[in-house]
Amino acid sequence: MQQFYVFVKKEFYHIFRDKKSLLIIFALPIAQMLIFGFALTNEIKNTEIAILDGAHDEASQALIAQFEASKYFEIKKTITTTAEADMAFKADEIKLALIIPPNFKAELAHSNSARIQILADATDPNTATTLEVYAGAIVRDYQNGITNNYRLPYSITAEIRMLYNPQLKGAYLFVPGVMGMILLLISAMMTSISIVREKELNTMEIILASPLKPIILILSKAVPYMVISLINVSTILIISVTLLDLPIHGSLMLVMGVSFLFITTALSLGLMISNITDSQQTAMFISLMGLMLPTLILSGFMFPIENMPYPMQLLSNIVPTKWFFIIIKDVMIKGLGFASVWKEIAILFGMTLLFLGISWKKFKMRLE
Amino acid sequence: MLLVILRKEFQQIRRNPAILRIIFMMPAVQLLILPLAADYEVKNVNLCIVDQDHSTYSQLLFNKLGASDYFIIKDVANSYDEALKTIEKDEADIILTIPPHFEKDLIRESEAKLSLAVNAVNGAKGNIGASYAINIINEYNQEIRKEWFTLPAFNPVPIIDVTYSNWYNEGMSYTLFMVPGILVILLTLVGSFLAALNIVHEKEVGTIEQINVSPIKKYQFILGKLIPFWVIGFIVLTIGLLISRFVYGIIPEGNVGLIYLFAAVYLLALLGIGLLISTIAESQQQAMFISFFFMLIFILMGGLYTSIDSMPYWAQVITRFNPVRYFIEVMRMIVMKDSSISDMRNQLLIIGIMAVVFNTWAVLVYRKRV
Amino acid sequence: MQAEQVIVTEKLTKKFGDFTAVDEITFQVNKGEIFGFLGANGAGKTTAMKMLIGIWEPTSGRASIAGFDIYKDMEQVKKNIGYMSQRFSLYEDIPVIENIRFFGGIYGLSKKQIKIKSAELLEQLGMTHEAKTIVSALPLGWKQKLAFSIAIIHDPKIVFLDEPTGGVDPITRRKFWELIYAAAASGVTVFVTTHYMDEAEYCDRISIMVDGKIEALDTPANLKKQYNAASIDEIFTQLARGAKRKAD
Repeated sequence: MQQFYVFVKKEFYHIFRDKKSLLIIFALPIAQMLIFGFALTNEIKNTEIAILDGAHDEASQALIAQFEASKYFEIKKTITTTAEADMAFKADEIKLALIIPPNFKAELAHSNSARIQILADATDPNTATTLEVYAGAIVRDYQNGITNNYRLPYSITAEIRMLYNPQLKGAYLFVPGVMGMILLLISAMMTSISIVREKELNTMEIILASPLKPIILILSKAVPYMVISLINVSTILIISVTLLDLPIHGSLMLVMGVSFLFITTALSLGLMISNITDSQQTAMFISLMGLMLPTLILSGFMFPIENMPYPMQLLSNIVPTKWFFIIIKDVMIKGLGFASVWKEIAILFGMTLLFLGISWKKFKMRLE
Repeated sequence: MLLVILRKEFQQIRRNPAILRIIFMMPAVQLLILPLAADYEVKNVNLCIVDQDHSTYSQLLFNKLGASDYFIIKDVANSYDEALKTIEKDEADIILTIPPHFEKDLIRESEAKLSLAVNAVNGAKGNIGASYAINIINEYNQEIRKEWFTLPAFNPVPIIDVTYSNWYNEGMSYTLFMVPGILVILLTLVGSFLAALNIVHEKEVGTIEQINVSPIKKYQFILGKLIPFWVIGFIVLTIGLLISRFVYGIIPEGNVGLIYLFAAVYLLALLGIGLLISTIAESQQQAMFISFFFMLIFILMGGLYTSIDSMPYWAQVITRFNPVRYFIEVMRMIVMKDSSISDMRNQLLIIGIMAVVFNTWAVLVYRKRV
Repeated sequence: MQAEQVIVTEKLTKKFGDFTAVDEITFQVNKGEIFGFLGANGAGKTTAMKMLIGIWEPTSGRASIAGFDIYKDMEQVKKNIGYMSQRFSLYEDIPVIENIRFFGGIYGLSKKQIKIKSAELLEQLGMTHEAKTIVSALPLGWKQKLAFSIAIIHDPKIVFLDEPTGGVDPITRRKFWELIYAAAASGVTVFVTTHYMDEAEYCDRISIMVDGKIEALDTPANLKKQYNAASIDEIFTQLARGAKRKAD
């Protein structure tokens, strides 16, 4: 026990002496939370558009005024030809162009029909679609405005309720995602680097040759990073609740418990990696390429898994972060309880045992 | 003297299997896997329908939704609460509740209500899914209306007909949008990591002392580090472009030469940042971390994942200092819109300034004597 | 005849915060000498040397190398010196010949000169067949010799060696000193730090540093007489008794 304590202290010394790394370890989750929480959003706001007003009459002015008033759009420039629209799109100045034909008011007044053209820069299809929907809505609003309260018969109204995230905040998905990523980075990568460093410095052999049980060595490497990870989880949750207005709808204990489990999973992954290589650089690269990248891609936090080709969906099942992500999402955002997530928890638990088992076996092999 | 340094750098790279693997495999792997994963198109929206009316009209709506490409009717439930479970389990994305007396209300009272409950955990998907649903409901509404009510030839109310044209990407293909962006990310990762690790490695191993004691000039040393990575950057870019062409069929609308031109300046800026980190970091782990930290922020705020226009003002200001943002813009402009060099002169200028600033800074910070 | 002084220091000092690593050392080294800079680990030898070769900036004091002031003309100094660091800093991942080419190049030799020199060097070391061998595959003693030869490939006026014989067996050490003799015989001044006291006997003059100060400076023979000791080791032990600083 005394030995364990000594080792853990030593590890903490190592960590605290490296001030720059330490700074990043704690700053990274905070920075990410802030970016995701405040900067990144799927909401459309202040999109720059151009208007081609062919009519210059009261009707067109009124329509344009509605666009001006909208928070979704910002009128960047007025143009006179569609060729100009092309140029503006190409120079990335606008994302949408509204084309009002000449005699707009006259047409509306005399034949009760007029045509408006909306040109969208479809380089980003989703944005284009959303912009078109919003622009269409503004035109429809205008149309309803000039309609003298004549209601079309046989009207169906659809009421929409947005569940769990009525304000359509982007942050909701990101928080569990950031948690998963940070925990993986700290627990897996740093632990593996720390163990490998001993190998590189040749101190590993000395330790192994001593009466110290290897398990103590490993635990002592893991504990500091477990502590740091738990601190990071707490930081993330605090920022989420206080700054981002994203409360924890489910049980906090469950969230912490699952985080603890995932940290263990990540630690065992780190262990596995440290068994494979003797060089710090390699450990780093494997952690990044073999862990982080698949996590980013296949865990479901950045890219929707359901859109992926089937083989990739299958592949995503072996990425532990995917399961962690589902659990946290369900508990934090949907407020679900243990009963709904026990399956995923069991999977994570099983994975952890598997990784630990592999590491242990490899480790014993090396000793022989 | 510069040549001598370059020779050594290339020698080292040649004999470093890890680096070679990164150079050649990473582009391939990333470009092949990422675009497959990065499909944000909203399709296959799972519907759960609660039909409390069981009428002809509700059946009609049911069929119409089922026939749509956008929706998959995953489940039918008897009550909203039952349906909610499917959303909790992530089996359905939207619940459509058709209330009792729906058909009667529509015919007798001339108006009826439907309700949609949307899983908005993923805000974007929820939004778009909902708008698809509304479109279909409106179409459905119009069809019913026509049955009962002949619209006079002369519109009693003004109707504005809106036509939509999607420019530059008629197929609304997400791949076309993502692949160029991913290429930029790829280049950024390779370039910055390699650059950041390089000088620190020499520090850790000790060879940097020998160099510091020699008459070599600072700028020669920095250039000697810069040029090999520049070359590697171009190789990665070329591999990336080839994969885009032959695997995804993406043929740039614009001038490929422009891509290389911009990449040249961009790489310089990026490498400058990497070198700067490298001179500051004391260990490889630190260099990696600092590099990772900045790259992550750059990439997230680069406009690939979410558009810069929707960011709050202060965030947009920050992105002005983000080189990744400019390259992604330019890449898309060239690939999809055939933009010309004058269209991108702002971006070129800014990246050029960054390149000069960071590299000069690295040279100044690098001290042979402490 | 007044020997030309190639290294002159005056009250050279290096402080790190409150800690004075090198305390106002003053000495001169003559051309062609083998000058041994002795002391225990932590005594300040390496720090002193690093000031002379431009890695550390002195806190105070003056020094000139080959007539050039270390503050104003360091770049000139570097053209006239060679250096072999404690870790023999060679590039372990590339072949012998490439290391030679590289260092020759950064010391300013032309391609032609490098070609000639490298052939000479390899022959002298008996490594002609190992030209293409990756350095990490060489035994320690060979790396040592290689590092030294590369340090003087440009025929510098002075070569600085920092603990060049660390980690090798005594026989290899002796052989290494033969190389040093050969270099000195051809006119190169050798400034070598070491904590092996028996190597002191190989030097023309030595200085012993204790706690950052130079406590003794003379030829080995004179010092033995002065301290009435049979070996330099004894002298060192006497001086070190008073030392307050322990090893690094």
